[in-house]
Amino acid sequence: MNRELKRVSVLVVLMFVALFVSTSIIQVFQADNLSADPRNARTLYDGYDVQRGSILVAGQPVAESVASDDRYKYQRTYSNGELYAAVTGYFAIGGAPTGIEGALNSDLSGTAGSQFLDRISRIVTGEAPRGDSVELTIDPVVQQAAWDALGDLQGAVVAVDPKTGAILAMVSKPSFDPNPIASHDSDASDAAYSGLLDDPSQPLQNRAIEGDLNPPGSVFKLVVSSAALNGGKYTPDSEFPNPSTYQLPGTDTFINNSEGGSCGGGDTATIATALRLSCNIPFAELGGALGEDTIAAMASAYGFGQDVSIPMSVTPSTYPAGLDAGQLALSSFGQYEDRVTPMQMAMVSAGIANGGVVMQPNLVKQVLAPDLTVRSTFTPTEFSRPISDNTSATLTQMMVNGVENGAASNARIDGVSVAGKTGTAENGGDDPYTLWFTGFAPADDPQVAIAVVVENGGGLGQDGFGNLVAAPIAKQVIEAVLNR
Amino acid sequence: MSSGTLSDARSPRSERVRTMRLPRRLRNIEFLLLVAVWLINLAAIALVQLGALGATEPTMLGLTLLVSGLTFVMHLELRVIAREADPFILPIATLLNGIGIAGIYRVDIAYGDSGWESAAVRQVVWTALAIIIAILGLVFVRNHRVLQRYTYLAMLVGVVLLLLPMLPGIGLTINGARVWIGVGPFTFQPGEIAKIALAVFFAGYLVTRRDSLSMVGRKFLGLKLPRIRDLGPILVIWALAMSVIVFQRDLGTALLYFGLFLVMLYVATGRFSWVLIGLLLFGGGAFVAGRTLEYVGGRLNNWLDAFDPVSYDTPGGSYQLVQGLFGLAHGGLIGTGLGQGMPEQTPVAQSDYIIATLGEELGLTGVFAILALYLLFVSRGFRIGFAGQDDFGKLLAVGLSFVVALQCFVVIGGVTRVIPLTGLTTPFLASGGSSLVANWIIAALLLRISDSVRSQPRLVV
Repeated sequence: MNRELKRVSVLVVLMFVALFVSTSIIQVFQADNLSADPRNARTLYDGYDVQRGSILVAGQPVAESVASDDRYKYQRTYSNGELYAAVTGYFAIGGAPTGIEGALNSDLSGTAGSQFLDRISRIVTGEAPRGDSVELTIDPVVQQAAWDALGDLQGAVVAVDPKTGAILAMVSKPSFDPNPIASHDSDASDAAYSGLLDDPSQPLQNRAIEGDLNPPGSVFKLVVSSAALNGGKYTPDSEFPNPSTYQLPGTDTFINNSEGGSCGGGDTATIATALRLSCNIPFAELGGALGEDTIAAMASAYGFGQDVSIPMSVTPSTYPAGLDAGQLALSSFGQYEDRVTPMQMAMVSAGIANGGVVMQPNLVKQVLAPDLTVRSTFTPTEFSRPISDNTSATLTQMMVNGVENGAASNARIDGVSVAGKTGTAENGGDDPYTLWFTGFAPADDPQVAIAVVVENGGGLGQDGFGNLVAAPIAKQVIEAVLNR
Repeated sequence: MSSGTLSDARSPRSERVRTMRLPRRLRNIEFLLLVAVWLINLAAIALVQLGALGATEPTMLGLTLLVSGLTFVMHLELRVIAREADPFILPIATLLNGIGIAGIYRVDIAYGDSGWESAAVRQVVWTALAIIIAILGLVFVRNHRVLQRYTYLAMLVGVVLLLLPMLPGIGLTINGARVWIGVGPFTFQPGEIAKIALAVFFAGYLVTRRDSLSMVGRKFLGLKLPRIRDLGPILVIWALAMSVIVFQRDLGTALLYFGLFLVMLYVATGRFSWVLIGLLLFGGGAFVAGRTLEYVGGRLNNWLDAFDPVSYDTPGGSYQLVQGLFGLAHGGLIGTGLGQGMPEQTPVAQSDYIIATLGEELGLTGVFAILALYLLFVSRGFRIGFAGQDDFGKLLAVGLSFVVALQCFVVIGGVTRVIPLTGLTTPFLASGGSSLVANWIIAALLLRISDSVRSQPRLVV
């Protein structure tokens, strides 16, 4: 009987070994996968268990977690929510966080690798877990100026420091208040979210870096000019035929300069004049002469088609490929399938402003531990060098002329030399235009590079144009930077 | 019975083993272990309160002291009437019971239940009742061999208890299984007690019939097959198990009884062919049940495709299984700490999923400790089986300990996806009076048998 008993003992041991193994697999080896399952409510609640770090602008919290007496322990609140919504995003119980809340979630929630030792020491000390705070590069004065300047228009403003890539202002309108979405009442949160989602004006889209991108229109001429001048084959004085209408190669379609007539008179027009007066026909001719590949290479060097992380990811702007001659001509003055974000256009201006060096645009100045010691500091890094120092100086002068004596006149500031370029992009048919301004100032020592987009014609249908609507907005933001 | 135990006495270890035999020393070990266990149980409740409430609360601490007091009474009783009983069984049972109360209490706090609404308070009352029954059982059953006289009465009691829930009027269906009876406000799972009666019956019956079941038969392919007419008993038990699956809709209980019978049959006869026949019968029955009975097929599906959105969202699907897994994963290696997890996210966190509750807050470390306690408890029972001189006592001790092991495996294995989940209680831990009473009776019986074994003048354990 004891022989059988031994065998049954072995069976019992095997049964328990199975349990030891299965619990080890679940609690150790599969634990991360199970925690990452979107159906796992515990992970969601855990995100609230920690006092999430604040998002700071000039040392003041624009998003912070305050103690609440419900099961989530902390309520996320946004002071001045609408003003900063394009930057902060929201942190909601029902979905993935967006904006900085999403991009730096692991730091804010205290789960980043850099906080590992803190977590260990908290196990010993029993201290309540807290996330790191994030200090932004945003300048509250510039942000407010951009917000005010854009008014009730639909569009976005991006202002960066061209020397560092630090983003000084990022505004998208219409904006939204993140507070109702952050509500712990999931019905209220869902209602706020779906209300915004169903809003035809798409407030949840951060138009500065994402959404349905806009055609750039004439601001794209900066990219084509860069390609022409940097290649060495052309100078600002290179001349092109100057008809008042131009038949797109291979089509029956004729195009005009935006003001009608020829480009400043004469049989030929220079690149400098064409950029200053923002003429389409010479750029169509220039684009045809440069070819798709040259323009595409320059666009790519400025960041088109590339993943840019600020650290939210920026939707890549596009310059189309496989163009026929007519499409090449149209895309050379920012029509056809060119699509850009304001962030991309700000990078173009910033590169020209910074001697041809595009700095990596960035929103995060530093990450602060709960005891306010600096966990990590942002150091400026080079993104690319699309053009030479010489080309940048030439382009700067051409853009200054455009403001002082050309199509971008409404960006003029007394006593300051402003470099700028306007754009007025058609959206096809009777649709309202998209209005642009991009530039930087002061031209000799750039403090700010800016891009402004106004969608929906700025309410003026097809009567609005970049210099009328977008340039004055940029002017106010530049003034805010220079007056600090 | 076996000469092995005698030769042990002459081995070099005999000196140490001999000193272990001193009855007072055994009881002193038990007392020291009990003191440690009382402290752990009290600390567990205090930690739950500090973790979940942020302050201690005297009622539950007092109730824990009450349980400790009763186990102290049982300890004193053993000093008088079972002086040589195994010193580990009582402390292990007390500890598992106490950890279980802490886990149940923790979920009560999350549910906001207090007073008689509180499952933990009811669990304490049942624990008290179960320990009193165990204390009285030890008084009345002074020699386990008496039970052999009641072999067929035990069978009758077992079968009646098993079939009681089928009676209209008092039978209740809870969570789909008709294994409950309700009298007034009280509900009871008579099947839990039935497993003891059946173990007594199996032991008594197999002791008298083992010769005919093991000696006679033809050899076929190296296996000694039994005669057709000796197949009677196994077919009866099989039919009983199948009727539990079909009519009471309880796969776990059926597996428990049938597994218990097979193991006892094997130990009694030493014939592997019985196990084969039994496994074929049960496997075939379960296969047919899986094909024809919707609930069995559903269980199987939940097990295989637990994370599939369809089975997750189906009512009665894998939702609770997956929530239990989430809970265990949430605990990780060292757990969230008592009172600081979210076990209430898992349905039935106080009964079927008590191990997920404890695993979440105590971590893998705690689960290993609990499993080790069960393994120790079972091994003490097997040890009694090894050492016993009478076949009835050996078989009964093995049967009772194996039923605890099997029940752990079926429930914990179900929760951790080793096997399909079937509803059973985790011995000593899970919320439920019938289970507590049954397991404390098992503990008392093992104590009684171990005392009889050790009291034999010649024998050394």
